Amino acid sequence: MSSSSTLSLTDRFWRWFHGFGSPARFDRFAQKALPWFSWGAGILLLAGLIGGLFYAPADYQQGESFRIIYVHVPAAWMSLFTYVVMAMAGAVTLIWRMKLADAVARASAPLGASFTALALITGSLWGKPMWGTYWVWDGRLTSYLILLFLYLGYIALVNAIADRRTGSRAGAVLALVGVVNLPIIHFSVEWWNTLHQGATVTKFDAPSIDTRMLIPLLIMFFGYQLYYFAVMLLRVRNELLDTERRTQWVANLIMDEPARDKS
Amino acid sequence: MRAKRKQRLYLVILLVAGLSVAVGLTLMALQQNINLFFTPTQIVDGKAPQGVAFRIGGMVVDDSVKRSDQDLSVQFAITDTAKSVPVLYTGILPDLFREGQGVVALGRLDGKTFVASEVLAKHDENYMAPEAAEAIKQANAQMYKAQEESQ
Repeated sequence: MSSSSTLSLTDRFWRWFHGFGSPARFDRFAQKALPWFSWGAGILLLAGLIGGLFYAPADYQQGESFRIIYVHVPAAWMSLFTYVVMAMAGAVTLIWRMKLADAVARASAPLGASFTALALITGSLWGKPMWGTYWVWDGRLTSYLILLFLYLGYIALVNAIADRRTGSRAGAVLALVGVVNLPIIHFSVEWWNTLHQGATVTKFDAPSIDTRMLIPLLIMFFGYQLYYFAVMLLRVRNELLDTERRTQWVANLIMDEPARDKS
Repeated sequence: MRAKRKQRLYLVILLVAGLSVAVGLTLMALQQNINLFFTPTQIVDGKAPQGVAFRIGGMVVDDSVKRSDQDLSVQFAITDTAKSVPVLYTGILPDLFREGQGVVALGRLDGKTFVASEVLAKHDENYMAPEAAEAIKQANAQMYKAQEESQ
């Protein structure tokens, strides 16, 4: 029996949700969180690379060439993760008209495009010696190339429309439309016969990879993840300071800055 | 949640759901065209196109690879464990090409033989250290020996 003075759980959630959307509050959070994400990313990426390049054993078939997995696979996972973030931010932009969500989507798009491009390039470089070709139009590679076009299309669209709010909404719709492609990318290797191999780690069975190879891969993935959050927070901060430059909280922040440096 | 927001939420859900159904149906209709290759069974059954280039995919049959002494031509058979198709190819094979390994070859049917102009190796999803692979091979060989002895 809850008394009338205490808020129900849903009310509390909505209060938190709307509070989190406040640019001023987010800016304070981003300032505090940034060093944690940046240092975490640096340490994990270094540890993952050392583990992957020096401690993991060579593959029984591919030899040393398999080590490109430590750049390729986390980049591919992160490109999908980033897209999910972008699409969810797009939905929030459309439904709640939240400025923060729009800034998150805009900040994520170039990051996602970079992850996708990195995965495409490393995969292609690996494909030549292993498969015998840089590129093949199979289900996985083609649907993944479409992901790159979705990112580039989003960036082009939001920047092509002069009115910021209209641009954000158009971009959000495009981001949501592209969500359909995500399960296609993931299941393409099961639904159709493709040249690209099936899932190794992200399947319901136990991963079919040596543990000594898997651990650096997971470390790399978390490193990529922290890197994404670090750069995303930085870009969102930048974006919000620019769009909110005429507000009181930005003015206060700028006034405070030199005072804090002296102390 | 205010009524207007709720309405917009339903619109977003409807957009994604409707699009998923549309794309899903399209992909199902295109099923055959998205497949990268035909399987040996499909080819033996005459389901592969005649006179045009297409791809065949499957495993290289053990002990079927015969290399020529004079040039780069190589002969082998591709199987999907049910049927197998003989393949003729002239050129350099990729690193991962070996017997028992998955390959995808592009070419045409010449009678019953598939004349390939390109052979690609398919990699599987297993990553193992060389010692582990060796251990599995030995364990399999022992099991096979034990089975033979018991018969």
